[in-house]
Amino acid sequence: MPNPEHLLYTAEHEWVQIAPGAELPTEPVRVGLTTFALDALGDVVYVDLPEVGSTVTAGDACGEVESTKSVSDLYSPVTGTVAEVNQAIVDDPALIAADPYDNGWLFTVTPEATAKLLTSQEYETLIA
Amino acid sequence: MSHGSTRSTPLHDVHVALGARLTDFAGWRMPLKYSSELAEHEAVRTTAGLFDLSHMGEIRVRGPQAGAALDHALVGTLSAIATGRAKYSLLCTENGGIIDDLVTYRLADDEFLVIANASNAAVVLAELVARAQDFDATVTDETEQTALIAVQGPASQGVIHELVDTDAERERVTALRYYACTPARLAGLEVLLARTGYTGEDGFEVYVAAADAASLWQALQTRVEAVGGRPAGLACRDTLRLEAGMPLYGNELSLDTDPYAAGLGRVVKLDKEFVGRDALARVAQEPPARVLTGLTGEGRRAARAGNHVLDSEGATVGIITSGALSPTLGRPVAIAHVDREVAAAGGTLQVDVRGTLLPFSVTPYPFYKRS
Repeated sequence: MPNPEHLLYTAEHEWVQIAPGAELPTEPVRVGLTTFALDALGDVVYVDLPEVGSTVTAGDACGEVESTKSVSDLYSPVTGTVAEVNQAIVDDPALIAADPYDNGWLFTVTPEATAKLLTSQEYETLIA
Repeated sequence: MSHGSTRSTPLHDVHVALGARLTDFAGWRMPLKYSSELAEHEAVRTTAGLFDLSHMGEIRVRGPQAGAALDHALVGTLSAIATGRAKYSLLCTENGGIIDDLVTYRLADDEFLVIANASNAAVVLAELVARAQDFDATVTDETEQTALIAVQGPASQGVIHELVDTDAERERVTALRYYACTPARLAGLEVLLARTGYTGEDGFEVYVAAADAASLWQALQTRVEAVGGRPAGLACRDTLRLEAGMPLYGNELSLDTDPYAAGLGRVVKLDKEFVGRDALARVAQEPPARVLTGLTGEGRRAARAGNHVLDSEGATVGIITSGALSPTLGRPVAIAHVDREVAAAGGTLQVDVRGTLLPFSVTPYPFYKRS
């Protein structure tokens, strides 16, 4: 699946719901995993997400994604306060891979700052 | 291996055509999974999974003293097994450390087939050659010419039935016992058919000439898919064997582990001479300080190999050797190497899962047993 152009990406394979070139939104934005990450991980069986109300820091680990075989850190693309976690994927992690750029989102953050983020084109160059 | 010496199995093109995700494993290019490892795991538990295991080492030991040579080389008494039967045994160093765990089939009075783990195949071959030197027996590596395809799962017998020609042969397949083998004709191809496996299910391991591997795979795949099964890769193999409480070389077994500490004292026959006997006889005198035990957790967060095991006071009492979320049970299972004093069933220990202490109950394995 191509990585949607209306999102920005981290080098650690997360996407964040910020349009390229746009100003930092004032509303919470969604964070998710790219198909590249999900393909490398294998079937996700457990996710550990930051708590609602906690502060996450751009570029820092803020949770874990576990597949049958391995565990990967989850990095926050932005600094800000966690507004919501996606309970559906916590209950059934298989939903992440089923719809990674939409219903498979992980959590939302009210952003204050961002890490260095990539456009879909830059991200695709990175993983090519 | 990183120096370009990676080998491909005779089924490599089949895996590529199936869209397998391939991985380098023990010097071989192997299918990790074809689609979803959880679906492949479930297929083995409910219908059938089809595995390419051609990376395993096949070593033939032949000659009037083949049995005696193996008795000297391995911790078990291989000369005592009947033709057509298989035995699980260990190859140990002089010091009692485990070089490999292997299954040996007796094909005739004077002929055995030893199956070594891919990562240890070269050292097993070298050891067997050296240890057979004073015996009238020859040791031949047949890994290159041999493919190994496994069908594992409750529907396996039906799958094999479909590929033999006569009712008499079907009856022979039905009558084949666990850990037994027989020459057979499957889909018109000469094979060694063995009722063995590493998944905790009923199943068959089929040894076939490398040149026939692709046609045997196609015949098996058609039948496996007809019963709702599917090709299965190495990823699900690991969760299957862990649920079944089967040790993995490199995790539960190593040169630093002796058979008693690995809970495999029963396979050591001290009433005969073999390499490592004196060391193991001494070890057998006293209970091991650390033993392998099973652990199960609540929730979904798995303990992983290398995580530390702690007692209620927070003292380190062991280390996880294998751990995963059990796809069948839906909860974390693990095997740990722990101080004997804390290994009593029903006790509670803690596992340091990347900084978080999680409670785990001591639970004898296998965690999963077929009904």
